[in-house]
Amino acid sequence: MAPIPQYLRELQAEIQTYAENFGLSYFPQIFEIVNYQQMCEIASYGGFPVRYPHWRFGMEYDHMIKSHTYGLSKIYELVINSDPCYAYLLEGNSQVDQKLVMAHVYGHNDFFRNNHYFSRTDRRMIDVMANNAARVRRYMDRNGVNTVEAFIDTCLSIDNLIDPWAVFREPRARSRQVPTADEDVQEDDRAGRLNNPRQYLEDYINPPEFIAKQRALQKEKREASRKKIPAQPERDVLGFLLQHAPLDSWEADVLAIIREEAYYFLPQMQTKIMNEGWASYWHSKIMTEKALRDDEVIDYADVVSGVFATAPGQLNPYKLGVELFRDVERRWDQGKFGPEWEHCDRLEERSNWDKKLGLGRQKIMEVRRLYNDVTFIDEFFTMDFCREQKFFTFTENRRTGRLEIETREFQQVKQKLLSALTNFGQPFIYVVDSNYLNRGELLLGHRHEGMDLKLDYARDTLRNLERVWRRPVSILTIIDDKPKRIRYDGSEIGISDEPEAFKV
Amino acid sequence: MISRIDKDHSRFREIVRGKIRQNLRKYISRGDLMSRKGKDTVTIPMPQIDIPRFTLGGNQKSGVGQGEGEPGDPVGGGDPQQGQGAGQAGQGEGEKSLEVEVTLDELAAILGEELGLPRIEPKGTESLNTKKDRYVSLRRTGPESLRSFKATFKRALRRQVASGTFRTENPIVVPIREDRRYRSWRTDPRPQSNAVIIYMMDVSGSMGDEQKEIVRIESFWIDTWLRSQYQGLESRYIIHDATARVVEREVFFRTRESGGTMISSAYRVCSELIEKEFPSESWNIYAFHFSDGDNWSVDDTATCINLLRDTLIPACNQFGYGQVESPYGSGQFIKDIRAAFPNQEKLVTSEVTGKDDIMDSIREFLKGGR
Repeated sequence: MAPIPQYLRELQAEIQTYAENFGLSYFPQIFEIVNYQQMCEIASYGGFPVRYPHWRFGMEYDHMIKSHTYGLSKIYELVINSDPCYAYLLEGNSQVDQKLVMAHVYGHNDFFRNNHYFSRTDRRMIDVMANNAARVRRYMDRNGVNTVEAFIDTCLSIDNLIDPWAVFREPRARSRQVPTADEDVQEDDRAGRLNNPRQYLEDYINPPEFIAKQRALQKEKREASRKKIPAQPERDVLGFLLQHAPLDSWEADVLAIIREEAYYFLPQMQTKIMNEGWASYWHSKIMTEKALRDDEVIDYADVVSGVFATAPGQLNPYKLGVELFRDVERRWDQGKFGPEWEHCDRLEERSNWDKKLGLGRQKIMEVRRLYNDVTFIDEFFTMDFCREQKFFTFTENRRTGRLEIETREFQQVKQKLLSALTNFGQPFIYVVDSNYLNRGELLLGHRHEGMDLKLDYARDTLRNLERVWRRPVSILTIIDDKPKRIRYDGSEIGISDEPEAFKV
Repeated sequence: MISRIDKDHSRFREIVRGKIRQNLRKYISRGDLMSRKGKDTVTIPMPQIDIPRFTLGGNQKSGVGQGEGEPGDPVGGGDPQQGQGAGQAGQGEGEKSLEVEVTLDELAAILGEELGLPRIEPKGTESLNTKKDRYVSLRRTGPESLRSFKATFKRALRRQVASGTFRTENPIVVPIREDRRYRSWRTDPRPQSNAVIIYMMDVSGSMGDEQKEIVRIESFWIDTWLRSQYQGLESRYIIHDATARVVEREVFFRTRESGGTMISSAYRVCSELIEKEFPSESWNIYAFHFSDGDNWSVDDTATCINLLRDTLIPACNQFGYGQVESPYGSGQFIKDIRAAFPNQEKLVTSEVTGKDDIMDSIREFLKGGR
């Protein structure tokens, strides 16, 4: 790893000026130059120079170095969400490649800094990761590599069970987590009464015995949920385990490390399309309008065509993101928004629509600040856009086993796109009860949204959860439309019927 | 300093080795491991070593795409082009099937550990090394006959340029005593192979493709193990039906002939081969014979037993007879030779009923450590 040479420093200064003039606001940017082995190494560590030791990084590395050696893929650039923002350039890339990468990196940097979903991430994560690594190494020295590594495996197995919105909530008051039995809720006068705007019907709608009964019911419910931990289903399973599972102190620390890093990487998953789209938008803008020299056009076009290539059967986040940003910019430039536009159904009028508002730049800046992939697609993926970009859904033909285009119907395309993005296409899992059946068993619930859990994985994950909880663990789910409970008691997996499905 | 990733990488390799060991039986019984000949590594396909998580199963094979086409048109292969172009390190985890490259030595080591095979004590401990001189470097002294013209003049040129006596308008280079360079050699010991495996296979009509496949796989593994024990192992291949002949490796594994079975023909060719090429005093000889055990006649079996007793068993470190079960064979031969040599340690017999037995059969053959 080395600081960049003089000619790249000059290039950086040039690109930075363009970025600034376009109104991007970014963290101080530091580039370092690495060879491809170092690049693969850093990439397998998720962009960080120092991570705790774990075999999966080695696996990633094995894979990357091979596909690089065989020329199947090439990592052009790596950028870390931190302040100052670090990015790595690949040694031996041509000048136009480096220019493009720099422009792209400034896009990412601006996005990291300004997008709301990144606002709670730790910008000194490089140091945090290095410290985490040092601690894990120490635990390994003390407890043995295999023990600690096996526990890391266990933790990684559940590292997707976190609550994406937890970071934006106020930290809960301790009392809610550990309620005391004699704490009494203020019973105001309205408790137990049905809403009744007509005073003269009060005795008829809310007779005293009815109120008493309702109050008793409410109290019972309160009491029940007070005894129950968690009081309401909790999505931050990792956080819950951290507080309540019987862990050794090093185990708790390892789990906390995994959780911290999972939360750190979360916004990058939440904004993959936007982030790449935004960076691509800006590298195009900077390169084509400012930085590109005449003799570099062909090389530039060659690289960019690879970046934006769409293969059927697979979505390219770069392409989707950049086109969507451009579409938004165009629409707000021409005033194609608002009720007037929405209700216009004359084709000719629509195609000639141009109010010359010039609000595009302002709008996309706002979009990059406030949206994530789900809301971005939900709001700006319009029927016109879907048609122009020739989107379709595909599905497997059960007879031939081939993937076939299913439909180009706008609603279905959008639906599928959104459902793939919602919670990153992963199941919603909650902690329901930590004293299930009054036997200290852990009960999880899977909020079923139409797709079953992958059963073999679910079984293995339950085993890992049992390792952490040290008591039997169950999960409520739905298998083939029937409510079921899968339970692992430390020796075997059992699946039993349930009266009703888990709901939140 | 070993970099961090190298440690993680070797951890990963260790885990892979562990996986191979766990599934060795499966890998061994598959033929495709030895598909690539002439390389000392094999590629083992392995499902991604995975961390289980709660994920959604079901109809994963659907999604949203972009491009031309009508509903009902097939969507192209859809191999994800990973990391093309600029991007962040993959946080998304794609489906990657892992191909692990393992050297044959490593594989043999795993096989040995897993089967608990003893190391083999070689016969004739005086090592049969030959030496070979190779001219690889230069030195300043030596006989004039070995003087390197080119290197000498290069030195001279260098000296003249350095001392400023070289004139470009009159480029004459005159070497002096100190410029002279002589070719110098290194002596490489070449281990001479002193072990030979002789494979014999019955290719009569009753040996079907599946039986041959079993033989092929089994001899590959035996070969792999013995090769890891001896440097420069020789192998010879004999096929037989009613007559026997020495063939190339390819032919050995590919041929399917039909006809009767006279096992003695193979044994005779084998003993001639040993006599002519591999005198048993200085060679470690391993002979393996695979057949479905359906010999032509009782007389021939008697001839076989005589051959074994008189020449083959005394000459060989070990004589292995593997009987592959076939729907046609009577399987009598194994009983006959077991009866004839009840206490002969050098003769190892093994019955293979299917691919799953290959491991056990290999263990039978090699556990003796001779």
